[in-house]
Amino acid sequence: MIYDIAVVGGGPAGLSAAVQGRTRGKSVVVVSTDIRDNALYKAHQVDNYLGFPRTQGAQLLTQFRSHAETMGVQWKAGRVLNILPTGAEFFLGVGSDMVQARSVVLTTGTVQAAKLPGEQELLGRGVSYCATCDGMFYRGKSVIVAGRSAGAPEEAAYLKGIGCNVTYTAPRRPEDLDADIPFLKAARLAILGDSTVRGILADGQEIPCDGVFLLRASMALADLLPGLTLEDGYIAVDRNMSTSIPGVFAAGDCTGLPLQVSKAVGEGQVAGHRASEYVDRHSS
Amino acid sequence: MAIIHLTRDAFDKAVASGVSMVDFWATWCGPCRMLAPVMEELAGQYEGRALVGKVDVDAEQDLAVRFGVMSIPTVIFFKDGQEVDRKVGVMPPSSYTDALDGLL
Repeated sequence: MIYDIAVVGGGPAGLSAAVQGRTRGKSVVVVSTDIRDNALYKAHQVDNYLGFPRTQGAQLLTQFRSHAETMGVQWKAGRVLNILPTGAEFFLGVGSDMVQARSVVLTTGTVQAAKLPGEQELLGRGVSYCATCDGMFYRGKSVIVAGRSAGAPEEAAYLKGIGCNVTYTAPRRPEDLDADIPFLKAARLAILGDSTVRGILADGQEIPCDGVFLLRASMALADLLPGLTLEDGYIAVDRNMSTSIPGVFAAGDCTGLPLQVSKAVGEGQVAGHRASEYVDRHSS
Repeated sequence: MAIIHLTRDAFDKAVASGVSMVDFWATWCGPCRMLAPVMEELAGQYEGRALVGKVDVDAEQDLAVRFGVMSIPTVIFFKDGQEVDRKVGVMPPSSYTDALDGLL
């Protein structure tokens, strides 16, 4: 199906936009990775959200989510790899799956723009962002999963399951990592290789491998939607939360400071409203 | 002209002369399905000037290995049979037309 609104990210801004879209009778899908990736989930205590003093971040986010669910918001688990505007609609690549929508609201949270040494040069030549898309090319080969998202251990298990020799690296061992996947504690990574990946440098230690799966919570904005105008690393928006691409709106931390829940919810509300109007204008 | 589905046997002859753009894809790959209509349209737009082809990496594993395709979609550009450029992942249509126009 083609949704009226696809929301990228399941935090306060995204859920606020989704609820607003549903209020205006629009079909809405929220595409989100694991809830534990969300900045609000990690906030131990929130004291500045009006009416809810001394609330735990995880609790607030869970309430936001159940509100969206009772409003009939659809949920799609996964990482949006890229967005392709085709004029009349948008295609969103979600892992090895795809979502179609008439408008898009970006609520990715803050996104790391810096790439690892070697990442860009070796993309598609050993560097991958998607285990389910590219895993089959690495059957019987050695791969390193650089886990930078809560769902990464599950993707590492998938790669192991299809026959890859998986090593998992992260600054800290995730609790839900399979016991039989070797873990390498490392914070600073660089990818090595000329025409293809031959290994990684993990905190100065060289580890040979055939592939590196970089599993972050969100793609860099410039890769997610090429042509999107950024300002100081944040998505440039106007008062309507419109971005430089017609039909694409943005809200929350990805549009800039302050990185706070009230601001995210307010911007999400506007973005959901304007996205609904955009759909109305373009579907008659 | 419709997009050409290339097999191992047909590949070398198909790209041997002139400019070609070949999309390595798979049926189960969502981003590949996003790219499919873009490639179809470019096949029509560049008819008579460039070959636009597709390689199903499940059916043609030899070709995927030969060109070192390790991520899909990967679009490889050839001039007179030689690889001259490649783009990994889904790009905006202008990215493909810029590459083709630069080669023509």
